[in-house]
Amino acid sequence: MVSDDPVIEVHDLRMRYGSVEVLDGVSFHASRGEVLTVLGPNGAGKSTTIEILEGFRIRSAGDVRVLGTDPARGDEAWRARLGVVMQSWRDHGRWRVRQLLQHLAAYYVPYSTPGSPRPMDVDELLALVGLAEHADKKVGSLSGGQRRRLDVAIGIVGRPEVLFLDEPTTGFDPQARRDFHDVVHRLADLEGTTILLTTHDLAEAEKLADRILILAGGRIVADGSAAELSRQVEGRTEVRWSRNGEFFVHATDAATAFVRELFAQYGEEVADLEVRRATLEDSYMALVQRFESGERDATAQGLEVVR
Amino acid sequence: MRSPTADPVVVAARLGVRRGFIEMAQSLTNRADQVWIVTVNAAFVAVLWFQRDSDLSGTGFSLALATVPGLIGMNVAMGGWMATAQTLAVEREDGTLLRAKSTPNGMVGYLVARVVLAILGTLLGLVIFVVAGLFLVPGVADVPLRGWLMLLAVFLLGMAATMPWGAIVGALVKSSGAGFGLSFLPMVVLVAISGIFYPITGMPDWVQPIALVFPVYWLGAGMRDAILPESAAAAELGGEFHTWETFAVLGLWGVVGLALAPRILLAMARKESGSAVESRKQAALQAWS
Repeated sequence: MVSDDPVIEVHDLRMRYGSVEVLDGVSFHASRGEVLTVLGPNGAGKSTTIEILEGFRIRSAGDVRVLGTDPARGDEAWRARLGVVMQSWRDHGRWRVRQLLQHLAAYYVPYSTPGSPRPMDVDELLALVGLAEHADKKVGSLSGGQRRRLDVAIGIVGRPEVLFLDEPTTGFDPQARRDFHDVVHRLADLEGTTILLTTHDLAEAEKLADRILILAGGRIVADGSAAELSRQVEGRTEVRWSRNGEFFVHATDAATAFVRELFAQYGEEVADLEVRRATLEDSYMALVQRFESGERDATAQGLEVVR
Repeated sequence: MRSPTADPVVVAARLGVRRGFIEMAQSLTNRADQVWIVTVNAAFVAVLWFQRDSDLSGTGFSLALATVPGLIGMNVAMGGWMATAQTLAVEREDGTLLRAKSTPNGMVGYLVARVVLAILGTLLGLVIFVVAGLFLVPGVADVPLRGWLMLLAVFLLGMAATMPWGAIVGALVKSSGAGFGLSFLPMVVLVAISGIFYPITGMPDWVQPIALVFPVYWLGAGMRDAILPESAAAAELGGEFHTWETFAVLGLWGVVGLALAPRILLAMARKESGSAVESRKQAALQAWS
């Protein structure tokens, strides 16, 4: 479902607070139906980026287009095509789950088109996020995980073309997390929704994202699929084996050839063979560590992965 | 393609009215709110009970008869100004406002709901005081239709004079705690000096001009003007009711407030974002622990 119409276009985005440069020339884009994950240490500018795209924060410089509109000038018709999943705290505690969802859904009715009927059916949506049996409960009495499911439901009730999620699965148990991943895949694959989410969970990023952006120090230090990042960022595979009771480790770019060589040389003496490809976590940690240890320019240039 | 009845702003405004009524119903069925409503109003009704035999500055009327309109006026300032400021401050902190902002025309619905809820909440107090007055205070039952109509006019103008300023305070404060303090304390002071429970003619001379600047005094005076018989005017400043001054002062507060509030609300709304709510949440959680 990934097509070439740019839904999100960001070019040389900069954000300054006083003398502090939070975003220092960020560029990326996303197409229809694409799932983008933004990873990065705290304070890297993830939330700032997402808030600029949502139109909640005015950038210092750069070009930004979401659904062809500058978010700083987006009107309510534009907003109706957006979904924002925010971290709720204790708002609307007295409302009942279905009542609140129905109320917020009704604002989207005037923006319904034959191509995308708005809003979504509230009861179907409650079932989709696993809240059907809690529909008549008060929002204030929901557990943390149930509340986050409601946040997700509110974010997508208007059948958005672009969905922004800032750390959506914080506080989810494994079941809720899996359900949430199903919802994201469904939206992206069936509805063609473009999804931009931030997370700290690398496994989640790997599972969900078509593309991962790693943001560090206000710059994108890597941009590619999980596999591409693993291959190219810290692209070495580790080979471990033992021979005559002695253990060896070797890092290589060509593991298969190395292992063939190993067997050709030592044959049956080789034991305990283990070939371990770098995980996303390895790549991520390596990247962020290198960045933070001051190799800023080297990192930015040498590790940029463009697909 | 769109039918005229589906104008998104009109739809949102209607949803706001519904939201106001839903929230009023939620408040009336909420135990904490029920306790608050009953306690506060019982305290004021008790004041009427104790005052029923006192004489109003030698006019021959019961002091309680002058307190009923005072309570009704004070109730308008509480509902229009104090409640609005506090609700706005709380709902900025808890993210209600940010949710409204991320919904198309959600802010229209939100603000309409605030107005509807403030009017409904204030009307509830007004009805309670009028009914209590009818039972407890001789003279309230004799108020002519003209008096009730003026009461309604002062009520509506009073809401217009106080709500925008409540919204301004709620939009400017940094936390819900500050919203409570900055709306509650001035309210207490103004009620104390504005002749609500005790005629202003008994106040020190230097206090009177201060009270006369603010709507609380004029809300009380306007309500007395509406409900009390002409002869009770002897207890007013200068010995007469100041009908035109009442409408002029309240009107001026309303006009200036309504001119300023939208701009300040817009600036406030523009600043709302996930991280703004998050940092206020952290500050509030820290303040509790």
